[in-house]
Amino acid sequence: MHPASFGYQAPGSLQEAFALLQEHGEDAKVLAGGHSLLPAMKLRLTQPEVLVDLRRIPGLDGIRVDNDTLVIGALTTHTEVGTSEDVRRLLPGLADTASVIGDLQVRNRGTMGGSVAHADPAADLPVTLTALDASFVLASAAGERIVTADDFFVDFFTTAVEPDEILTAIRIPLPSTPARTSYAKLPHPASGYVVVSAAAALTVDEAGACTGARVVLGGVAGTPHRATGAEAALTGQALTPEVMAAAAEQAADGIDPHADSYADEDYKRHMTVVYTRRAIEAAAARG
Amino acid sequence: MEHSALPINVTVNGKAQAAEVEPRLLLVHFLRENLGLTGTHVGCDTSQCGACTVHVNGLAVKSCTMLAVQADGAEITTIEGMADGPVLHPVQTAFQEQHGLQCGYCTPGMVMTAAHLLETNPDPDDDAIKHALEGNLCRCTGYVNIVKAIRWAAEQMRGQHASS
Repeated sequence: MHPASFGYQAPGSLQEAFALLQEHGEDAKVLAGGHSLLPAMKLRLTQPEVLVDLRRIPGLDGIRVDNDTLVIGALTTHTEVGTSEDVRRLLPGLADTASVIGDLQVRNRGTMGGSVAHADPAADLPVTLTALDASFVLASAAGERIVTADDFFVDFFTTAVEPDEILTAIRIPLPSTPARTSYAKLPHPASGYVVVSAAAALTVDEAGACTGARVVLGGVAGTPHRATGAEAALTGQALTPEVMAAAAEQAADGIDPHADSYADEDYKRHMTVVYTRRAIEAAAARG
Repeated sequence: MEHSALPINVTVNGKAQAAEVEPRLLLVHFLRENLGLTGTHVGCDTSQCGACTVHVNGLAVKSCTMLAVQADGAEITTIEGMADGPVLHPVQTAFQEQHGLQCGYCTPGMVMTAAHLLETNPDPDDDAIKHALEGNLCRCTGYVNIVKAIRWAAEQMRGQHASS
């Protein structure tokens, strides 16, 4: 199964890549690891005229701590994120997320930038990155702009990235009181994609009270869904099993999950509560 | 619209290869059709089954989900490059000794993934082996002996390391 014919460019700098995107407009697609784009091209779900491969452009991969921000280059693979000492130590929920994407071979080639730019509603990273209040660096010939997760994920397979822009990095704030982070996923048994998932980022004071909560759901909408009811039910409370279970019960409020051949709406609602509780409990247990 | 072929230079099983390839040529087809290395199999062609697994710069990847042009400059190892002359790689020997195959179609991919696993984790428990094999499907469902073979290979390789 071959993709339809296309032209291929591997520019050596971002400036050259911007020029190619300006020349080809919406006929061009940016290629990172190719683990979302190439399968879509083989199935003729998309047929770009030109691929602009970022692999030769220096500075787009790697993980670094920049003061109070963790910066992950767009070409950093899921394996690199999942096994990074910095990510494991600072944001274990993100390392856990990267480690359950696809399978070992997919994680070795698939990139964080490629995954979030594809914005599959059944993907893992958008959920966790929204819980972590990540922001996205979009570069073009006109300069850089930074977009928050809430604005980046627009709809099914749709992001804020304009045709002349390239996602170059993901920035995750590292507050002085570190959040306790986690990710819990019910994978489809065959594909491994999300049926439902939940990511939690909780800040807890010395007395054990939750001072801030971000709880985000995957698989229940076209974009990551903030479970604001669950967040409100946690904030200001001691994280007892009863409080966490009651907060999880709130998670299914206001969601309208799509039924599919594997999971009907009621099942997804129920699993949303179960996996939200697991995510909250796992985050709370990370002292 | 046809697009012109592009030059690539890769090292496959230790041998430098220069070729001109159409951009849409997948790495697996380059290996099988251009180089005649048909030990790398195409099972599902949709990034699921892992029969096409090869090593690119030391990492196990699915060669049906990579363009040959993306491999320009890379070092590639296929199943044909695993044995040292007549001496099989310990993972290959393990699959033979522990009956880790039935029809054999998935075996090259299983061996490549297992070899990658044992390079990063020389002493995996069964859960770690199963997690590593999530991207390799065996339609004969011979997983029990595959896991056993990989455990056996790990023991052999640790033994060799300890005695050297």
